[in-house]
Amino acid sequence: MSVEKVREPIFSVKNRKLLTAPLNKDNPITVQVLGICSALAVTVKLEPAFVMAVSVVVVTAFSNLIISFLRNTIPPRIRIIVQLVVIASLVILVDQVLKAYVYDVSKQLSVFVGLIITNCIVMGRLEAFAMANRPWPSFLDGVGNGVGYGLILIIVAFFRELLGSGTLWGFNIVPASFYEAGYVNNGFMILPPMALILVGIIIWFQRAKNNDLIDKS
Amino acid sequence: MFSNSYIFKYAAIMVILVAALLATAAIVLQPAQEKNVKVEKIQDMLESASIHSTPANAEKLYAEHIIKEVVINENGEELGVYANGKFEKGDIRAFDIDLKTQLKIKNDLAAGKSTQKPVFPLFVCKKDQDTLYIIPLRGNGLWGPVWGNLTLKSDFNTVEGVTFGHKGETPGLGAEISLPIFEGQFPGKKILDENGNFTSVKVIKGGVENSNIDPVHGVDAISGGTITSMGVNAMIENNLSNYITYIKNHRK
Repeated sequence: MSVEKVREPIFSVKNRKLLTAPLNKDNPITVQVLGICSALAVTVKLEPAFVMAVSVVVVTAFSNLIISFLRNTIPPRIRIIVQLVVIASLVILVDQVLKAYVYDVSKQLSVFVGLIITNCIVMGRLEAFAMANRPWPSFLDGVGNGVGYGLILIIVAFFRELLGSGTLWGFNIVPASFYEAGYVNNGFMILPPMALILVGIIIWFQRAKNNDLIDKS
Repeated sequence: MFSNSYIFKYAAIMVILVAALLATAAIVLQPAQEKNVKVEKIQDMLESASIHSTPANAEKLYAEHIIKEVVINENGEELGVYANGKFEKGDIRAFDIDLKTQLKIKNDLAAGKSTQKPVFPLFVCKKDQDTLYIIPLRGNGLWGPVWGNLTLKSDFNTVEGVTFGHKGETPGLGAEISLPIFEGQFPGKKILDENGNFTSVKVIKGGVENSNIDPVHGVDAISGGTITSMGVNAMIENNLSNYITYIKNHRK
């Protein structure tokens, strides 16, 4: 445990990459296709999607940080259990805080906050990154992946709420004159299948724009 | 690399630390969470009396409109009356009664398992010049509990409004009970017939029009949500029946 002693700057190129890669070409939802279930369920409106995104950022960042601090003490034979205990405790904390301070949203999110425990993104990052890297890069990696997940959630929720309910964050956007002229909200947007289609469109768009992601074969 | 005893100690210490942390968090956050639940209960009750509230003003509106909390037993006797912040009779507040417990006591009594007698809450609400009576409801849906409030007008017969809630009925089917399209059918319905006998408000599969029940005593069930609708039907009948003696004694 004593190879490199050179301190790298807090936001070195490598560290910045940990933050930005999950936003685009390493995105947990559109590239790794993880966490789809909750992405479909909580994106009917912007507000729950945003709260869910923040919750996931908190859980991925801090579970990565804690596991990274503990990584040399964790016995490999029980490492999955240790990871699960850390994730589960963080998720319960988040759930309790939501119940105390944003009760309405916590009711809308219902079981999906609890299901962050089983969100593959969190455990995937612990196994793939935090177990082998130092705390600060792990923390950044957690934030990056959480934000990458949240970003897609918010994009999907933006379109679903705007087209499905004619509102954004609960405020009316589509003017009343549109409705009088015969405009109707698209009820299909409210249903989960539309979220899947929207995620599909985002994936299509992203792959068309990003050469790294185009399948060479 | 790691011995078995290390693994055991590691796991034990980890679990104890996590338990302590979570227990602390639960205790610290409990007051805020309980307040949320209380405010929600108040909002539901006021909503069934067509009084719209927000989480911020719910408690103020409750204090303004609910002039009396009454606790009654199955014989229609008033066991507790709480008004203007003090007890006029007895020492139980209707607001603190857990309906789930009382309905269980009622079932146990009916089954002969216990001799304890249930008590039921009734809220007297002043709205404009009207006196309204709010009756809390609780029953079972398809996947879990359903609950609600039913508000009667001053004649103890006509429904002013209802609210329903549920733990986890199927979205799009059973869960529709808490939407205006279902709740909106209730205002104006009557729970007693011309002779003053209890009929309840029935939730009818296939629609009231196609049944032999007087439209004033029935509403349409939800297509595809039959079990939930039956649960709501049973809930209304079962809960209202506890108040019938009281209602008959107090009707003008």
